[in-house]
Amino acid sequence: MKGDMITSPLITLNGVNKAFQGQDVLQNISLKLNQGEITTLIGPNGAGKSTLVRIVLGLIEPDSGSVVPRADLRIGYMPQKISIDPTLPISTCRFLQLANTSHEACHEALATVGISHLVATPIQKLSGGELQRALLARAILRKPNLLVLDEPVQGVDVNGQNSLYKMIGGLSKSLNCAVLMVSHDLHIVMSATDQVICLNHHICCSGRPDQVTQDPAYLDIFGQSTDKATAIYAHHHDHNHSLDGEVVAGDGDQHGEDCQHD
Amino acid sequence: MTDFLLYALLGGLGVALVAGPLGCFVVWRRMAYFGDTLAHSALLGVALGVLLDINLSITVTAVPLLMALGLVFLEQRGFLSLDTLLGILSHSALAAGLLVIALLPDVRVDLMSLLFGDLLSVTMADLWVIYGVAAVVLFMLGILWTKLINITVDHELAAVEGTNVALVRTALMLITALVIAIAMKIVGVLLITALLIIPAATARNISQTPEKMAVAASIIAMCTVVMGLAMSWYTDAPAGPAIVMSAALLFTLSLGARRRD
Repeated sequence: MKGDMITSPLITLNGVNKAFQGQDVLQNISLKLNQGEITTLIGPNGAGKSTLVRIVLGLIEPDSGSVVPRADLRIGYMPQKISIDPTLPISTCRFLQLANTSHEACHEALATVGISHLVATPIQKLSGGELQRALLARAILRKPNLLVLDEPVQGVDVNGQNSLYKMIGGLSKSLNCAVLMVSHDLHIVMSATDQVICLNHHICCSGRPDQVTQDPAYLDIFGQSTDKATAIYAHHHDHNHSLDGEVVAGDGDQHGEDCQHD
Repeated sequence: MTDFLLYALLGGLGVALVAGPLGCFVVWRRMAYFGDTLAHSALLGVALGVLLDINLSITVTAVPLLMALGLVFLEQRGFLSLDTLLGILSHSALAAGLLVIALLPDVRVDLMSLLFGDLLSVTMADLWVIYGVAAVVLFMLGILWTKLINITVDHELAAVEGTNVALVRTALMLITALVIAIAMKIVGVLLITALLIIPAATARNISQTPEKMAVAASIIAMCTVVMGLAMSWYTDAPAGPAIVMSAALLFTLSLGARRRD
């Protein structure tokens, strides 16, 4: 039975549907998140990424379909942002202690994400990048086996993005946890990603990112130093979307039978 | 010192004790308008209690509580923004309470004391109710403290980490309704929110942790009760407004303390 636990997915979604006020947001979503694997969820604004993440987190129930977590599933969640009223006096350390009361564990987590010096700073005084690291520290505090990161690199420049991706990759290894990461960038994903899922209400396509770090065009844009942390994801849709998101027949000129994407 | 002054002082201090920490949550969670709505509905609670001949302590707690649950239900429906919903319910409840009281046959209710409090008429029986409720409120705040802070910081993060957000939120509403029921006697339905938020806002200027802010707010609220009662004793001013004016005065002074930091 122990062996089953190790190999079975951390969480399995089967034919999940969700609608808000009659609008289909998610249609027939099936996916598995496996121990130690990094999954990147990409898609345009309004594609239902946040809704899917909330279903995985157990914050909302699907209208139909099943969500099956493994018995030992333990989620660490890093929200996109939080807004704490400035009248609440709370230090970064205390903010972390809300997840895990041990003082040492909080210091250790802050050191892991490289912001030990901010331990006594009021959480509202942190910059955008510092707050993201504090949120990541809180997510890893509970020793999760699944890290859910909602747009972890949003508003961070290319170099910062690179170091955050490296940190996430390192954490995933050291904690031996799966990662589900949301990104609004449709083409650049973390290179350590095992599985990319492109979502636009339904799953448009999924697969591994191309390893294109030697591509001159890529190096031209991002430089040598970034080649380890990000990769370009080549989509292989068999259909297109009209402006309102409806599926229309694939355009043969772009993605025909001899389509060279993987 | 005469008995009624001692009762007034003890009653005011008992309410101030719990108004401090609850007021902090009202400020942190931006519930000022919500508090107003529940307080106004307490007036309707009085009217219904008299009309139906039910113990007033029950109706002034139950009506705000039902109002709070109704608000949660309507908000989840998403017809209107919370702000608009509160505006509708708050003033409808106040108007309904005033109407029922005005139309009650053969019953004379002192409207001024309901609206602005009547601290000097606190009796021994009132004191038992005030301190009994205060003990329940402090106990609930104590056991739920970390969870309450957690859902105030971010309710989704708290939910993912295993906090039952709906349950904790409902408990906070119950606490709010209980405090309103006992604060009514002291400052009246129109000034309850002031007694909750002004001491908390004052405490913010001198506190570095949530716990220190809650304790400071309690102490400040107690000071304003003593100051207001003294003002009322020497000038014959109504006690409720005198307490709120004292609170506003202390808040203004605390702004100076903040500037020096």
